Amino acid sequence: MTLHTTAQLAASSTKGVNGVALAVFVFFFLAVTVMGFLAARWRKAEQSANLDEWGLGGRSFGTWVTWFLLGGDLYTAYTFVAVPAAIYAAGASGFFAVPYTILVYPLIFTFLPRLWSVSHKHGYVTTSDFVRGRFGSKGLSLAVALTGILATMPYIALQLVGIQAVLDVMGIGGGEHTNWFVKDLPLLIAFAVLAAYTYSSGLRAPALIAFVKDGLIYLVIAVAIIYIPIKLGGFGHIFDAAGKALAQPGAVPGKPRGELTSGPHAQWAYATLALGSALALFMYPHSITATLSSRSRNVIRRNTTILPLYSLMLGLLALLGFMAIKAGTDIQGNPQLAIPQLFEDMFPSWFSGVAFAAIGIGALVPAAIMSIAAANLFTRNVYKDFLKPDATPEQEHKVAKLVSLLVKVGALVFVLTMDKTVAINFQLLGGIWILQTMPSLVGGLFTRWFHRWALLTGWAVGMLYGTLAAYGVASPTQKHFGGSSAEIPGIGEIGYIGLTAFVLNVVVTVVLTFALRAAKAPEGVDETSPADYTADAGDAGVAVDLPPATAGAPAGH
Amino acid sequence: MPEPSESPTSRQVVTPTRVVAGLCLIAPFVAMLWVSSYARIEPTLIGIPFFYWYQMLWVLISTVLTMTAYKLVQREQRARKGGAAK
Repeated sequence: MTLHTTAQLAASSTKGVNGVALAVFVFFFLAVTVMGFLAARWRKAEQSANLDEWGLGGRSFGTWVTWFLLGGDLYTAYTFVAVPAAIYAAGASGFFAVPYTILVYPLIFTFLPRLWSVSHKHGYVTTSDFVRGRFGSKGLSLAVALTGILATMPYIALQLVGIQAVLDVMGIGGGEHTNWFVKDLPLLIAFAVLAAYTYSSGLRAPALIAFVKDGLIYLVIAVAIIYIPIKLGGFGHIFDAAGKALAQPGAVPGKPRGELTSGPHAQWAYATLALGSALALFMYPHSITATLSSRSRNVIRRNTTILPLYSLMLGLLALLGFMAIKAGTDIQGNPQLAIPQLFEDMFPSWFSGVAFAAIGIGALVPAAIMSIAAANLFTRNVYKDFLKPDATPEQEHKVAKLVSLLVKVGALVFVLTMDKTVAINFQLLGGIWILQTMPSLVGGLFTRWFHRWALLTGWAVGMLYGTLAAYGVASPTQKHFGGSSAEIPGIGEIGYIGLTAFVLNVVVTVVLTFALRAAKAPEGVDETSPADYTADAGDAGVAVDLPPATAGAPAGH
Repeated sequence: MPEPSESPTSRQVVTPTRVVAGLCLIAPFVAMLWVSSYARIEPTLIGIPFFYWYQMLWVLISTVLTMTAYKLVQREQRARKGGAAK
């Protein structure tokens, strides 16, 4: 440990600030800040002081805005930094992100239009709203809401870690010797700006900024994937060098650092990670928020046919990890720096600035959406359900804005006070946790057969098993939370803990449902009806429930 | 899986179109979760091992499949709505 701090010290003192890159970065940052504040006026409805407007952008977004919003949301700065970093560190196993994002879309295609319909029919803002309405259980709804908030917080923290990586490489992250305030000042500024425009503009701000972010990202990837391989002598050379480097002994004694393709013992882990992550991704409150803000069912379905463009980009981006190996990028002991450092080494300064801006802004968009989603959950399912049942729409709106601030401050404190690995551990746990809300949500979308108490017990069992199993995973650098895969009981293969916990959760839910039904336990009131799940914009009852949604939107139907 | 017994206007739940659409949506799962089918280096494409380019190719294949499913569902919906209006 001491060794690498000295290395860092040496590196930061010799490197200095990259002026041109910094100037370009600041320019883009200022531009999106202005956009963020102006966004409040974009597609504005007449009546704006309610949660539908602030938290779901008036539910008026069409195909393209939703595409940018969902893309900006699901492919975060952390993804851009972490996926190539995983490839750099261990090779093939990091590539699971590609099948994972391939599998997300058929799932969204199947599940989310039903959620959209029932939410529009009944004015649901969050998944917990739906669970409460479907199962008549505030307890289950609270469990889903708290899981969502808990899982989202570390995710926001990781976005800040992504920004930090970029700031470090630009040389303004400061070394170990600088005062903590000076060191963290750039992050604090970025953060204050983000908080201010989310507060004032709501979901419209990230939606608008997402255009810039994705434009920049696509540009950077397109250039990187052509320019860097040419500089390094082609993909053949890159993979030769990577294959040799990965075959060297790694951190675990007696085992190589990684492999170029998924070996026989890693395939279960690869597949279960891809499947489990795909299932978890659209359970996250921020993906749901982006989905519900769309104008119609078809916007969602049409989106699942164009969103895979991002997966392709992610795949190309992942290959940058191999390029960093070939280029011999100096990562100062932190694989997270592999990509920013590769950009700095390979590109001219001004274009590094563009690339860093892409990553930095790439962190702001999801952080804003995530904090809004967490705020929606708290306001609707904790504040309104438990603390102040008679809250007016204006009060809901105010509380949500405040909570979005609190959530972000919480994430900031997290990043500044704790080690980065803590944030990563929690994000890993978050994925396992959020997956446990799936039986209630997706189960509820298709059937009312499950019993609410069974769902609650299944959730608790899944949470407990997942947390304990993750705690027990050791890695060469960590005693606990060393990874997200462990042996699957009964099968003996290594698999994703989240998926194992999920299967356990479903088994418990099914068995208990049989028992509770036999015992005739009270089932709770279901306020939805089967037709609600297929209703579309323009159908009777859908538009009427939501005057703000139609006020500003062009008549698409 | 909507419960047909509960809906008074019970319509055919399993139509050939829906089966095809369903298959289009399931195919990526079979292909991607069957890791041993693509965990190899050869044949390489412009120097990229099979493992990587094959999965990226599936991004495109799954896009086409989802689009097909979308068109099918869309067409069926339109037909149903048209039928209901008349």
